[in-house]
Amino acid sequence: MRRLTWFNTTSLALGFAFLYLPMVILIIFSFNESRLVTVWAGFSTKWYGELLQNQAFLDAALVTLKVGVASSTIATVLGTMAAYVLVRGGRFFGRTLFSGMIYAPLVMPEVITGLSLLLLFISIGLDRGMFTIVLAHATFSMCYVSVVVSSRLVSFDKSLEEAALDLGSSAFEAFRLVTLPIIAPAVVSGWLLALTLSLDDLVIASFVAGPSSTTLPIKIFSSVRLGVSPEINALSTILILIVAVGTISASLVTKRAVKRRQAEEQMAAG
Amino acid sequence: MNLRRFSLISVPYLWLFLLFLVPFGIVFKISLSDYAISIPPYTPTLDLATGWAGFKTFLSELDFENYVFLTDDDLYWKAYLSSLKIASIATALTLLVSFPIAYGMANAPDEWRPTLMMLVILPFWTSFLIRVYSWMGILSQEGFLNQFLMGIGLISEPLIILNTNWAVYIGIVYTYCPFMILPIYATLEKLDTSLNEAAVDLGCSRTSAFWLITMPLARPGIIAGCFLVFIPALGEFVIPSLLGGSRTLMIGKVLYEEFFANRDWPVASAVAVVLLLILIVPIVMYQRNQQKMMEAEQ
Repeated sequence: MRRLTWFNTTSLALGFAFLYLPMVILIIFSFNESRLVTVWAGFSTKWYGELLQNQAFLDAALVTLKVGVASSTIATVLGTMAAYVLVRGGRFFGRTLFSGMIYAPLVMPEVITGLSLLLLFISIGLDRGMFTIVLAHATFSMCYVSVVVSSRLVSFDKSLEEAALDLGSSAFEAFRLVTLPIIAPAVVSGWLLALTLSLDDLVIASFVAGPSSTTLPIKIFSSVRLGVSPEINALSTILILIVAVGTISASLVTKRAVKRRQAEEQMAAG
Repeated sequence: MNLRRFSLISVPYLWLFLLFLVPFGIVFKISLSDYAISIPPYTPTLDLATGWAGFKTFLSELDFENYVFLTDDDLYWKAYLSSLKIASIATALTLLVSFPIAYGMANAPDEWRPTLMMLVILPFWTSFLIRVYSWMGILSQEGFLNQFLMGIGLISEPLIILNTNWAVYIGIVYTYCPFMILPIYATLEKLDTSLNEAAVDLGCSRTSAFWLITMPLARPGIIAGCFLVFIPALGEFVIPSLLGGSRTLMIGKVLYEEFFANRDWPVASAVAVVLLLILIVPIVMYQRNQQKMMEAEQ
């Protein structure tokens, strides 16, 4: 019997308080009137107003969004290809090296990835800017995408693909009509993961970014280095809300999709 | 071997080769070069126009001088040791904080679990930088923690936590605990609770049943969680630079400063290569543990 003892309840309550209290405090104090972040001086939304006036932050947000969408899309295509090659590709020359290159970036310290990519871009004479950030982000996030997608590829029944091939479809058609719809949820969550990683990345971006391509994390980092500021609290609140709404709605959508698929599978079986 | 299969394999392969493996080759090469006041700030540079002879002189000018320098200047080995120490202490603290949460989750009613899981994962999707930043306002001298502790009369002088190693520990525990909670929860959830009941029926106390049965069975999850925290914490840059003080030495920070502030690319590259060599040990150990877990499941 599993039972929730008082010890379990207390540790859950304390644990989740620890996880969420800092963010709650951050959000509350983004509505603080005073510039002193730790002393409450009355409710105000003026920091949100100032934030929207701050052109540098808006520019950085736009750069971050562009880089995020571009890099996560490239990463999703490459990562899905890589996952397919790893799970279904059979043997080919250099397979071990390939899977090593997929898993290594996951454990690589960001400072090393950033440093090595910067040295590459300099040595081939590529000007640093949005393009180099996109290349860097696509490279490390494709590995995350490929891990997510390959776990789905491993778990689904290969005979479905074989049936399509037996019934006369080409390998590409079998992929497009059978495999892709089945792995689609994993591809979407891989894309979301890649997008989040890109929007979130500070270290790699600060190595490979040029002076004209400051991303939001770089901007936030350079201003919080000087200390806590209410504008950053307001910005953080907006970002936390976007993530919370996004994650919760995504999980509701996948829950519904899973239920529908189960129902369909039951109908097909019955 | 048709063209489609070839291109399917070669596109991601070449991409990773050019943007992951080649850059490492360059880091390694520059770590063997000498510092110079020029652009780029190191010699020798490979001049392909001079052909094979040029390549030979290029090779002969490479040496391990920068690595010798790393052992001479005590800043570097102190930074490596201090990173290892900070990462180990932080990992132990993360385990202490995370285990009760994972244990509580595993004992929670079935219908709560998906929600609890989501609550653990949700912070992971939120910006890492913001999560670290949120502690700056809490730990500072006039911050919320000190206000709270002084308000309840526990301390009379504000504690100095921000800009010390303690703030770094707290930052690591906070940002990495989902990586510890999830694998531990995954092993605890699968545990057969009838084993504990059998032990209790046979006269074992609940506490000793926990230590004798639950803990050994949860070990693979604990080990996986520890590596998942230790490995990224070792090369951490954001947490020591925002929460740590000027005396907090961590190798990620040293590398960053060596590169951007001192512009000594060869030494920065050598620092990176050594960090990578150090990381190989825990990474291989983590992989072994994962393999064992997979085998145990089959």
